[in-house]
Amino acid sequence: MVKGWNWDGFFDYLTNYYLFEGALVTLGLTVFAMTAGLVIGFVLAMMRLSRHKLLSGPAVFYIWVFRGTPLLVQLIIIYTGLPQLGIKFTVIESTLIGLAMCEGAYLAEILRAGITAVPSGQVNAARAIGMTEPQVMRYVIAPQALRIVIPPLGNSVNSVLKTTSIASIISMEELLRRTQVLIQERFLVLELFVVAALYYLAMTTVWDLIQRRIERRFGKAYGPISAGKH
Amino acid sequence: MANPETVIELHDVSKWYGPSFQVLKNCSLTVAKGEVVVICGPSGSGKSTLVKCVNALEPIQQGRISVTGVEVSAPKTNLPKLRARVGMVFQSFELFPHMTILENLCIGQRKVLGRSTAEAIVKAKALLERVGLTAQASKYPGQLSGGQQQRVAIARALAMDPVAMLFDEPTSALDPEMINEVLDVMVALTREGMTMMVVTHEMGFARKVADRIVFMDEGEIVEVGERGTFFDNPQTDRAKAFLSKILSH
Ligand SMILES: Nc1ncnc2c1ncn2[C@@H]1O[C@H](COP(=O)(O)OP(=O)(O)OP(=O)(O)O)[C@@H](O)[C@H]1O
Ligand SMILES: [Mg+2]
Repeated sequence: MVKGWNWDGFFDYLTNYYLFEGALVTLGLTVFAMTAGLVIGFVLAMMRLSRHKLLSGPAVFYIWVFRGTPLLVQLIIIYTGLPQLGIKFTVIESTLIGLAMCEGAYLAEILRAGITAVPSGQVNAARAIGMTEPQVMRYVIAPQALRIVIPPLGNSVNSVLKTTSIASIISMEELLRRTQVLIQERFLVLELFVVAALYYLAMTTVWDLIQRRIERRFGKAYGPISAGKH
Repeated sequence: MANPETVIELHDVSKWYGPSFQVLKNCSLTVAKGEVVVICGPSGSGKSTLVKCVNALEPIQQGRISVTGVEVSAPKTNLPKLRARVGMVFQSFELFPHMTILENLCIGQRKVLGRSTAEAIVKAKALLERVGLTAQASKYPGQLSGGQQQRVAIARALAMDPVAMLFDEPTSALDPEMINEVLDVMVALTREGMTMMVVTHEMGFARKVADRIVFMDEGEIVEVGERGTFFDNPQTDRAKAFLSKILSH
């Protein structure tokens, strides 16, 4: 049976407050995943760069596990599997934990690459004027690494925005989940999913613009590209 | 001076990279206050490694190094504090590219020595004037020529009021026309009585200001000579061979 495209239904859903709220939740999850992921990722990156096996070993293992398994599986284990061991989390808790832990693993690798990209001569120069190791990180490595990681971090935001939709599988009420719920009303499958797609597209597009602006800002403060290189 | 004050002392220093490659072999050297020691030798002989050991950028496995009586290699030594008292200038300048020239000169003064921003700026400006770069204060390192960057690097080290300065081939990365502007600053420093260890192949500089020349080969200090005797009458065959090679072009 061919139903055709329903413009009225499409515009109804485009201005539907319940869906709009879902998009806000998606945004919130993204902000949370990036923030918590950066904290976890920084700790993991520092551990991984440590010379002590007791620190680098667990970090390598963690990153290996969380980058090597789908977020979908991680979420199901946290929400549906762990109660079997008496560990219970609500839907929201499970989603936040899963997103933060998974994103932490990805961001750790980005941060580590940024830190190792700062030439070792810079570290020596900072040490040579008497900086302590935390000062070397704070004043010399971090600012230079930040500039290097801004483009990949921006791409992560775009990617996380879309990845949050996976949480719908454990019935987290974000954009995708609410889209699926609304289908029960009038079975306007195509219209609803196109609306959802437009929401995602709008959010990633706005982010693209913001990212471009940030990159321009950071590029300027530096002077010509040849800085410090010889 | 009858008994000059020792600033840097290396006693029987040995260092290995990895389990089997010995990069420094029983090196001993004393640098007195105000003395200028030039270190030369073929590529890979361990010159850079030797000076990096003095401020503990590289650890040593055997022997003893002390700076103004503070033992560098003792486990209890506060390395950042010790390094703050020894200036170091690198072949590749290593200015902090994300900071302006002025910030490069102030960061150590403020964060390591705890000077106020105002104090640090006064000192930084005085040093910039001394190396002839007052006009560049608010630029970034990437906007300066190599020779200018290296002069800033020297000023950055001097801003910490060091008891000694280490130079590792400070002019090797420079275009020929910029070498002299850097050497001039270094010569002026020696005139002010700065204690210096300088790795360089600029034999003109060595002839002019070095009190002693240290010749290294394969991790050993092969010969230590006064400036006159080393160039005109080297004692070892290895030094003779090295000198004939670098002085011929
Ligand atoms: N981090 C390191 N790990 C292992 N080997 C190293 C390391 N740094 C230097 N070496 C080796 O140690 C030896 C001495 O190096 P060093 O840089 O001290 O020599 P150099 O006399 O300064 O040479 P050049 O004139 O080329 O600068 C070389 O054979 C070098 O390959
Ligand atoms: Mg060298």
